[in-house]
Amino acid sequence: MADKITLTKQDRIKVWWRHQFLQGSWNYERMQNGGWCYSIIPAIKKLYTNKDDQIAALKRHMEFYNTHPYVSSPVMGVTLALEEDRANGAPIDDAAIQGVKVGMMGPLAGVGDPVFWYTVRPLLGALGASLAMGGSIVGPIIFFVAWNVIRMVFEWYTQEFGYKLGTSITNDLSGGLLGKITEGASILGMFVIGSLVERWVSITFAPVVSSVPLDTGAYIDPAALDAVAQESGVGSAILQALSDQASGLALSATKVTTLQQNLDSLIPGLAAVGVTLLCCWLLKKKVSPIVIIIGMFVVGIVGHLIGLL
Amino acid sequence: MSVFTIILIVIVAFLAGMEGILDEFEFHQPLVACTLIGLVSGHLEAGIILGGTLQMMALGWANIGAAVAPDAALASTASAILMVIALNGGTEQSEAISTAIAVAVPLSVAGLFLTMIVRTLAIPIVHGMDAAAAKGNFGTIDALQIVAICMQGVRIAIPAAALCFIPQEAVTAALNAMPAWLTDGMSIGGGMVAAVGYAMVINMMATREVWPFFVLGFVLAAISELTLIALGAIGICLALIYLGLKELAKSGAGAAGSGDPLGDILDDYE
Repeated sequence: MADKITLTKQDRIKVWWRHQFLQGSWNYERMQNGGWCYSIIPAIKKLYTNKDDQIAALKRHMEFYNTHPYVSSPVMGVTLALEEDRANGAPIDDAAIQGVKVGMMGPLAGVGDPVFWYTVRPLLGALGASLAMGGSIVGPIIFFVAWNVIRMVFEWYTQEFGYKLGTSITNDLSGGLLGKITEGASILGMFVIGSLVERWVSITFAPVVSSVPLDTGAYIDPAALDAVAQESGVGSAILQALSDQASGLALSATKVTTLQQNLDSLIPGLAAVGVTLLCCWLLKKKVSPIVIIIGMFVVGIVGHLIGLL
Repeated sequence: MSVFTIILIVIVAFLAGMEGILDEFEFHQPLVACTLIGLVSGHLEAGIILGGTLQMMALGWANIGAAVAPDAALASTASAILMVIALNGGTEQSEAISTAIAVAVPLSVAGLFLTMIVRTLAIPIVHGMDAAAAKGNFGTIDALQIVAICMQGVRIAIPAAALCFIPQEAVTAALNAMPAWLTDGMSIGGGMVAAVGYAMVINMMATREVWPFFVLGFVLAAISELTLIALGAIGICLALIYLGLKELAKSGAGAAGSGDPLGDILDDYE
């Protein structure tokens, strides 16, 4: 073999681009196999000129494959390196290539799900959504741009990383790095979810716990304001009212306390956390999320009708 | 709606459907899909608000392996289209948005069935790819992959196009027929729905070790001066500090050997 066949940067960019469509032919039989084969085609065309070799390569990349679509990039990088060695005469058989793919996809999917679906997306999504709920276009733009930049950069660099390291990447990955990333992401994720539960799950209990009549002088008396208004004009009456309020006077003659106010003085959002933990428990009991969501609407309607919510 | 608007809406729906399976560019996320539909139909602000509200509910919805989460693509496009029709019919913005949110949930279930159908239909396509691979036919594999992706796009584009032809009067009449107790009750229910998504996330990540961080996040979020970015920064710092300390504990245990870190510190003071 005189010349070594190598994949140029352009070939790798082609694979990277196609790899974004990995899940397009997701199917119940072999999951991401079609998309994987589609992604690696530019490399096969470059590395194998013989038709039989091309067919063999296509066939071996139609095998079962399934992982998180983003962390599939380092797997692709390693596979490219292996295919390149093989095309240059190294004794790498089909089983070795399939073994590397299967060996990497499991542990990597375990990292991709918590990092991307459960940490980065809820974080960016909540950030964008909280801006958007005020009607600001900045919210969706931040979410869309930040997400895609992070994703594309991640996919390119991890693919390159895999390609450069080849099979030695498997040692790196098992060296505790993956475990640390997963753990760090879980910590951040749980922290953020905790805050989101407090901020965005809303339950307000309507029932009135107590209504106590206040002493004269503890609230702003409209009659007294009327007197001021007649004596020295409406302006002074308003000023009087504002200064009364600033000095802590109540607005009505009875002090109404709802159940919600009592709960809030314990910890704001206590009910929200209760509902969330209830959902966790129900989900663990294999109750479908759809059933829970429908149940919540029923509870909302019934609760509102009986005056609880 | 004009023909031009409908075409643009169908394109947005097609992109959302594609992304519902690809999960790369995120056109199917409510924040993006609803905003785009609002943009092409001339109700940008309402679209953004609807997108933001639905996004909050859908934060924890994710496709894990073969497992199914409620379908964000159909929920966001179809509810946004209904909102646009209602707005065109003269319904007030806040009312149109809250109704759209209520219909989004059943739609996310309907979308699930469509996804399952398409994922099954993809099996013969992959068999076609096998046949093409056996002949070394690159072009056919490429074409089949594109067909499969388009099939996912069509999954959302067809219902979206159908919705565009619902007459305004029908939508506004249906809205007006809804009694207040029903809409109020549904918006109360909608306030709780986000909890389901969060619970899915928690169940995936929770271990005895990370629960305290959930509590910290919950308690700190009550301080309304802290923005989400600030909370995120605190979270990252906590994670780094925790991992660093854990590493230190591992290596320190070997060096000090006493197994009593507090004792070691006290010893150092002497």
